[in-house]
Amino acid sequence: MAALCEGFTLCGLGPSGGVGLGAGVLALEPGPDSDHVLLTDRGRTATLFKVSDQKPLGCWSVKHGQIITCPVVCNFETHEYIAVHDDKVLRIWKDEDVNLDKVFKATLSADVYRIHSLPHGEPLVLFRGGGVRTLDVLLEAPQQEIENFISDEVIKWSEAFLEGQEPILIFATEKDGDYFIYVQKFKLNILHKYKLEQQELSNPLSFTAYIKNQIITLLCLYSNGSVYKVLIPLQRHSEEEEQILSKSLLLKLLVSGSVLKGTSFAVLDKDHVAVLGSLTAFGEESKECLTIWNTKFQTLQTSKELPLGTSGQLWCYGEKFFFTHGKVLTVIIYKCETSSLAAAVGKLKDSQTSDVSSFINWNALSDEELVDSLQSQQSVALKSESKMTLRSRRNSVAKVQPDTLTVGQLLLDIKDSSSAAIEDELKQLLSKPQMPDFQATIGCVITALINRCKTDPVFYPRNFLVQLIQKRELSYSLCPDLMAVALEKKDVHLLQICLQWFPDIPEEITYACLKVFLSISDDYLERTDVNLESVICYIDIESNNKEVKTEIVENGFNAELEEDSCDIIFTKETHVKNDGEFCPVGPQKAALLNAVLHSAYSETFLLPHLKDLPAQQAVLFLRYLHYLYVKSSEKITTALPGVLSPTINQIMDWMCLLLDAHFTVMVMLPEAKGLLSSLHKFVRAQVRFYSELNKIEGSLQELQRLKRQKDSQTYSIEVLELI
Amino acid sequence: MGEFEVHRVRFFSYVPAGVRCLAYHRRTDRLALARTDGAVEVYNFAANYFQEKAIPGHEARTVEALCWAAGDRLFGAGLGGDISEYDLERLRVKRSVDGFGGPIWSMAANAGGTRLAIGCEDGSVKLFHVVPDGVQFERNLDRQQGRVLCLSWHPSETHIAAGSVDLLRVLDVGSGRTVQRIMVNYHVQKSKKRECVVWSVAFLSSGTVVSSDSFGRLQFWDWERGTLLESHTVSTSAVLSLAVSEKEDSIVVGTSAGATYQFQLLPVKMGSQDKHWVRTKPFQHHTHDVRAVAHSPTALISGGLDAQLVIRPLMEKMQKKGYEAVLRKFTFPHRRLVSSARKARLLLFQFSQHLELWKLGSTDESGKDGEVLPVCRAPEHLVQLKSKGPEHIYCSCVSPCGSWIAYSTASRFHLYRAQYEGDGVSIKKVANVPKLLLPAYQLQCSADSGSLFVASDQGSVHVLQLLEPGGCKHLHTLRPPSGTLEAVYLLASSADGNWLAAASGDWEIHIYSLKRFKHHCTVPMYSCAVTALAIHPVTNNLVIAYSDQQLFEFSIPEKQYTAWSRTVQNSGLHRAWLERDSPITHIAFNPKNPSHILLHDVYMFCVLDKSLPLPDDSASLMNQSALKQLPETARKRQLHAFKICKKFQPLLFADLLDENCLVMVERPIMDIKTQLPPPIQQKKFGT
Repeated sequence: MAALCEGFTLCGLGPSGGVGLGAGVLALEPGPDSDHVLLTDRGRTATLFKVSDQKPLGCWSVKHGQIITCPVVCNFETHEYIAVHDDKVLRIWKDEDVNLDKVFKATLSADVYRIHSLPHGEPLVLFRGGGVRTLDVLLEAPQQEIENFISDEVIKWSEAFLEGQEPILIFATEKDGDYFIYVQKFKLNILHKYKLEQQELSNPLSFTAYIKNQIITLLCLYSNGSVYKVLIPLQRHSEEEEQILSKSLLLKLLVSGSVLKGTSFAVLDKDHVAVLGSLTAFGEESKECLTIWNTKFQTLQTSKELPLGTSGQLWCYGEKFFFTHGKVLTVIIYKCETSSLAAAVGKLKDSQTSDVSSFINWNALSDEELVDSLQSQQSVALKSESKMTLRSRRNSVAKVQPDTLTVGQLLLDIKDSSSAAIEDELKQLLSKPQMPDFQATIGCVITALINRCKTDPVFYPRNFLVQLIQKRELSYSLCPDLMAVALEKKDVHLLQICLQWFPDIPEEITYACLKVFLSISDDYLERTDVNLESVICYIDIESNNKEVKTEIVENGFNAELEEDSCDIIFTKETHVKNDGEFCPVGPQKAALLNAVLHSAYSETFLLPHLKDLPAQQAVLFLRYLHYLYVKSSEKITTALPGVLSPTINQIMDWMCLLLDAHFTVMVMLPEAKGLLSSLHKFVRAQVRFYSELNKIEGSLQELQRLKRQKDSQTYSIEVLELI
Repeated sequence: MGEFEVHRVRFFSYVPAGVRCLAYHRRTDRLALARTDGAVEVYNFAANYFQEKAIPGHEARTVEALCWAAGDRLFGAGLGGDISEYDLERLRVKRSVDGFGGPIWSMAANAGGTRLAIGCEDGSVKLFHVVPDGVQFERNLDRQQGRVLCLSWHPSETHIAAGSVDLLRVLDVGSGRTVQRIMVNYHVQKSKKRECVVWSVAFLSSGTVVSSDSFGRLQFWDWERGTLLESHTVSTSAVLSLAVSEKEDSIVVGTSAGATYQFQLLPVKMGSQDKHWVRTKPFQHHTHDVRAVAHSPTALISGGLDAQLVIRPLMEKMQKKGYEAVLRKFTFPHRRLVSSARKARLLLFQFSQHLELWKLGSTDESGKDGEVLPVCRAPEHLVQLKSKGPEHIYCSCVSPCGSWIAYSTASRFHLYRAQYEGDGVSIKKVANVPKLLLPAYQLQCSADSGSLFVASDQGSVHVLQLLEPGGCKHLHTLRPPSGTLEAVYLLASSADGNWLAAASGDWEIHIYSLKRFKHHCTVPMYSCAVTALAIHPVTNNLVIAYSDQQLFEFSIPEKQYTAWSRTVQNSGLHRAWLERDSPITHIAFNPKNPSHILLHDVYMFCVLDKSLPLPDDSASLMNQSALKQLPETARKRQLHAFKICKKFQPLLFADLLDENCLVMVERPIMDIKTQLPPPIQQKKFGT
């Protein structure tokens, strides 16, 4: 349940004191620290507050006659503050600067609408005409010409995100009652324009947006007291000039029969939104209140009356709401917990309830049944949805929506359409909002795809499959044939991510993957796209060229051991080549083998398969394991650096398994001899080292005991300090 | 905050007596325990395992068996040949009845708690009726050769199983006849035949008799046929004790090697009806004989000759892992055996039958944290006072100036006047002490050493005036207005001599005005036992520690909890504080620093600084070592009210002698172990 805590006052806004001199607040932006906020008023001043202490840390104002037109933001990278006054004059200053007249100044050629500062990126400057520049580009030539895209449309709202490393800016404009959404992808310099579906007798008051899985979710608060949801995929497939964005009703702000007229709102998490607005009950005076709503259950979770009135603005940073209440700026801390039906009826148990659904075996149902059942489900879903949005859709019923493609249709398409067409449809499917049975849908879509792959050797929607697996909604049992097809096609990248994400791969398949990985040549792998994350930190790709031979033995254990060990027979070989020194496989193959090492298995089931591994491959694999073992022993933590790199236990387990499976072969094989002896020596050195550690531990323990004996006198006077 | 000069005392050579027998009372969730010196203790499991009653021992009164009967009446029987009933309100033997069978080795109550059976030295089993005013002889059952070492009633109360040397008998209660005789060493080869002592028996409702014997076996017998059903060799040494759970699906046994084992009745196959007894869990918590075990619904309880009481909760009976499921081990009493004369720097140690008075040493140097200072004057053993007679000492105290020493046994009260001349000390007994209703449960001298408070039964406190050069006069007896049967067991007097607080066995705390000898007020009742009390010398606030580790501060002048106490209750104490398992046994104050409260339990010493914020659960409670590593400037933010030192363990007593001088009395477990007889030699691998 969500809850609002008792609020406190951050500062007064009245003319008598505090900030703003009664003109109101222009905007509130996050400050350089998580506990800081930057308040810009509708006059000349910007103030930095430390919220928990309720005190201002700094205050800057422009000269009389000037006016700040764009909220002050903080550049998180450089800890500088950026402001625009009189529409065109840009100022940049630091904490220690006092007088804004003396700080850096640049006069621009066009009016600035807003500056957006991103946590790990250059601030973006949005101009009134729709042009966008990063700050550093702009500062190179402040007088550069700024294009005007939107002629006489007025920007109502804007927001910036980072998707991956790419900054994305979205803004909404209005012209003659029509609303347009622009999405600017900055790296590619693409600007997409969309038109927002119209709503009778109501217009959007406030917007907010977030980005998830390459989809922008835009929420709009309408004047009729409803919140609508609009999804904008980042990958736009059709090149229409102006696409119309359809919206779906997310929430109706109804409080016991009367409508909450929202003025401003914020998204708290995936299920909660906060709305600031006024509530007019029948026959009563309207009262303003702050409310938190659950969108999943369509319920009002908590509300707080604000009898002194607000300016209609609401900001939300770091679990705190900020709004003006009467003549003060008030802060309220909220708590928002994931809500579930169980919690609502008080039956919540603290156990993980996720991941349950990812193991449905859809093989049990035949294809036709699936199509039927899904179509019926879909229609039910549609019906219920249409009931909810009937009024909003009424005007657009005549038009056939291009994206009301049913899953059943898609399944039929997969059987015979061209791969390009299918991929297009699949993308649409993925960009759709979360369906009620998303997993089931994906399950049968993927089964259909795999069936097509089996019959049609040319068809292989690789990118889509990779994307799907990375969504982490799949498991082996959901699509058992996927890995078989990938094995057949030797699609090592797909296999790698399958091994990484699937929790339930049978040992037989793990073995098959291992065999394929070992058999593919390094030259071939160099041309393929493999995720090298797990090896990049410890395999030096450059020096891995086999021609380069170093005489020095890097490993601390081996160097000593060679002098120390008494067996002379193998010294020749160790001089020629030390197995632990070079990675015996290329980085791509190493990364693939790491994926195998990481997968879950049961020894009993794996061992019989492992016995079938050809001798040469077994030796190669053992060589690689030996290399990993030596590498990981270099550090005292016996761990390899990097993400997803195999742990020492995994390495040892596989080594034991491999030796168990191929014991006789290893004994007989001449080329394994050197490897085994060097492995043996290394292990022996480690055992000796640890036995030395044991001895040290023994002596230290003895010391401890001596210390205790010293304690055992019957009387002493000691000094004790308590702090 | 400050440095202390700590006098670390380890010469209190206290050795707790071994545990002889246990009796668990399910309905009240209490455990009665008897020690080898005849002392009887009652632990209240519901009040966080607090030792709420302690009846000191008696030389001639060993206890071999304890039984709860007729509701919550406690009976004991021993080698003295008497059956005694204990008065748990006045903490002494209520009445005794001779069994007329010589030394009594065993006693068992029937399921209804209406009858007691005793097993005697002469081989007889006698039945007694439990009547309102004690026990009444009912009849003798068949007499046989050999002492009866153990007894168990069949739950239907028709038969009794009795174990003696080599032999197990089943007696019919109705006819008094022996209906079955089982030779337990029947299977042993003739040449190896030794005496086989049946140490413990249990009669199950199915008709199975369970016996444990000196051959280390746990055996299950069909009593009607006299056949052996199952035999488990538990140990190479004797199995001394056994207890069966109420549901009869679990048995705990204790061996003379210090190990305890759990046996469980488990199906042979999943879902099968055929069940067998299987040895499931071994525990080695003791170093010596486990003479007594008990089985509560959720825990195995064992007591050994190493004086330890161990409560091992069974994980499968616990709702969740956590504090409730933690092993508890009790070695030391939950009350204090040491009193100090702050001004004179004396310590008085209380043993079972004597007192020792020591003078602390001194040093003339100072040092930094952790340093051991050279002792320029060694501590001195001044006096040993031996108590005459067979009774053990209930309580003792030394006055702050060191010139008065008082102690009490069950029937006598002694007051001594000590005079110090140079290095010598002379002790003179004060004659003509007032005749008081004895025993005294707690003695406390006023701060000016002018009066002595004697805690007595029925909630009363006697006030004695100590007169120079060596006399005393009974001034008044304070009684609670409501009246109670329970004895007072804790006292606290204020430094200005105005107030006296007394806690009685029903957990009520009464405050009396000493100026007017009148009842002042009663502290609001709290649902847990009081473990320590003290009145602040400056503010006259009463600080109370309860056995559930809660702390309260009650303003005596204002008759209400203080604001700080309310804050503590509102924000709650730190979880690590609440999950300690030994009670606070002493509270002291620093007159120079009124916001400090000094507390200690067996494992820690704590200075509670009321001026600092309370720690929340996310902060570490024991943060002293972390603070020491921080620079001075960074410490400030990390400070919280609890300054805990765990360096001195096990701690029997801690007190503040003056502003920056502490005394800590430790009793290392190893020192106790060396006083015990050597345990059974066990071959350990590699030795």
